[in-house]
Amino acid sequence: MTAETAPFELSIPAVPRSTSEDGHDLLFPDRDRYHDVVARHREAGFEMLAGLTAVDYLGHPGRQLPEGVKPERFELVVMLLSLAHVRRVRIRVQVPEEGAEVASLWDLYRGAEAMEREAYDMYGITFTGHPDLTRILMPEDWEGHPLRKDFGVGRVPVQFKHAPGPR
Amino acid sequence: MSGPDTSSPFVGETFEGAQELGSRHDTAPDELEREVGSVLRLPESRGVDSGDIDVERPDDETMIINMGPQHPSTHGVLRLMMELDGETVLRTKPIIGYLHTGMEKTAEELTYQQGSTNVTRMDYLSPLNNELVFSLATEKLLGIELPPRAVWIRMLLSELQRMSSHLMWLATNGMDVGSTTMMIFGFRERELVLGFFEKTTGLRMNHNFIRPGGTAADLPDGWEDDVEVILDNVTSRLSDYDALLTGQPIFHERMEGVGALSADEALALSATGPILRSTGVAWDLRRTMPYLAYDDVDFDVIIGTYGDNFDRYAIRINEIRESVRILWQVLDKMPPGDYRVQDKKVTPPPRARIDESMEALIHHFKIFTEGFKVPEGEVYVAIESPRGELGCYLVSDGSSKPFRMHIRAPSFVNLQSLPVMMHGGLVADAVATISSVDPVMGEVDR
Repeated sequence: MTAETAPFELSIPAVPRSTSEDGHDLLFPDRDRYHDVVARHREAGFEMLAGLTAVDYLGHPGRQLPEGVKPERFELVVMLLSLAHVRRVRIRVQVPEEGAEVASLWDLYRGAEAMEREAYDMYGITFTGHPDLTRILMPEDWEGHPLRKDFGVGRVPVQFKHAPGPR
Repeated sequence: MSGPDTSSPFVGETFEGAQELGSRHDTAPDELEREVGSVLRLPESRGVDSGDIDVERPDDETMIINMGPQHPSTHGVLRLMMELDGETVLRTKPIIGYLHTGMEKTAEELTYQQGSTNVTRMDYLSPLNNELVFSLATEKLLGIELPPRAVWIRMLLSELQRMSSHLMWLATNGMDVGSTTMMIFGFRERELVLGFFEKTTGLRMNHNFIRPGGTAADLPDGWEDDVEVILDNVTSRLSDYDALLTGQPIFHERMEGVGALSADEALALSATGPILRSTGVAWDLRRTMPYLAYDDVDFDVIIGTYGDNFDRYAIRINEIRESVRILWQVLDKMPPGDYRVQDKKVTPPPRARIDESMEALIHHFKIFTEGFKVPEGEVYVAIESPRGELGCYLVSDGSSKPFRMHIRAPSFVNLQSLPVMMHGGLVADAVATISSVDPVMGEVDR
């Protein structure tokens, strides 16, 4: 398996990388090179976009990143899967709060459609080149992006019997 | 059209835009491509070029109708916008979110100890798989090794769950194509499995039984006999299903060649599970990226050829047989020992110890008030749920609550292949095709 996997690592130079706790390869391209890096993986045999999500690191800036990667508020996490090589790669892209815009993967993987809409809905990251970037889970007229850390958790007041009414 | 012109003071607040469809000539080519190609999703293999779009065609020759979210055959609150040309379905757009309850946000408010009560409610037809993937992710961050009995108990439950989920699917699919007998049969056999779950975990659904660190309890006395009864019953009744459905001409007419998907399309759309396998791709995470102890058991990965509804039916019914085969091996190989890891920081002490040991009391108090702390890091763990790749992406900031928990829900992703399957089919087959995707809306919307 190592012989098969070597070419991927050679083909994408100058992208900071590391290995995660679960043994998957991690790649940290910047936003400009992200689409290109994914495209190269697709050519190298990563047929499937297994998952795409985002994390809001507000309030937890001190996470472990390889040298040369500047932490930003949002991080886009893309899980690629190669069925031919039985291998997973995780690509983590730093996305700043101001102008949170990333290239869409829709032209490479049609399966990115719903996942990117979910990331947009939950975090407000916009994907340029996405065909229909609308809210997917929340109502269309919802304000805010609920999985952001500064979006409060709602609470419903508990109703008690014989509690004094509002007046 | 482009909404009200708010710059003009003469436009009333009730203006809702022009009420007629404009001519296609008026739309810019890339906008038109967006509109006909993807907003109502068209199959990738028949992907549109802006040159191919017929700008002369008026938009009123086809009809857009809405199916759901209260339609009984949409398996919950799935809503489909379908463009019909007579009886033929052209484009479809699934609209979801009616059951969205923000479970990923809720997970950030719960400790790892409480987390499995949350995830178990996502895919309500296979709750134990949800608990399993969350527990595996937490354990990977903790870096703990499970005792073998815990691993095998999890395998036992996971395979029983796969059986019950597929039986439930056979039941609802039978009902969708008009066989109420199959519905009664499927629910009857599923009841056997749920009865065993009730005996083991205390609940028929939403068990919260598989937890970080092992399972909540050991298997009940005499569990081997119960499982044997289930396996014998299901095996003999699977041949009843064959007699009822598999060889039946009406069923073949309804299922064969309907909702076909090619392997390339399935891969491009990230479809996993029976949908991907029905197209001939032998991808089953239990085999290709084994977790638990799936290395140590024999089973076959069932694949199809045509990627149609009948293949997906055949795969599911045969996967029940493979689960039966795995379960017989689990019965043989179940090791003795602990059912959870004996790590005082993670596992609460037994009740009896609390009366006699100060440390046990402290650990108990700490675990239940504050939860155990999980080292910083992020992991992605995926397992094969009955619907496909069920993944959990977990980020920890070193506290006792997940910083971020994302569930890669197979139904959510598989739903994208629905427009491709339905394209060019009859609206009467739409119900059977929706059913063959096996979406569980609790998991789609989370």
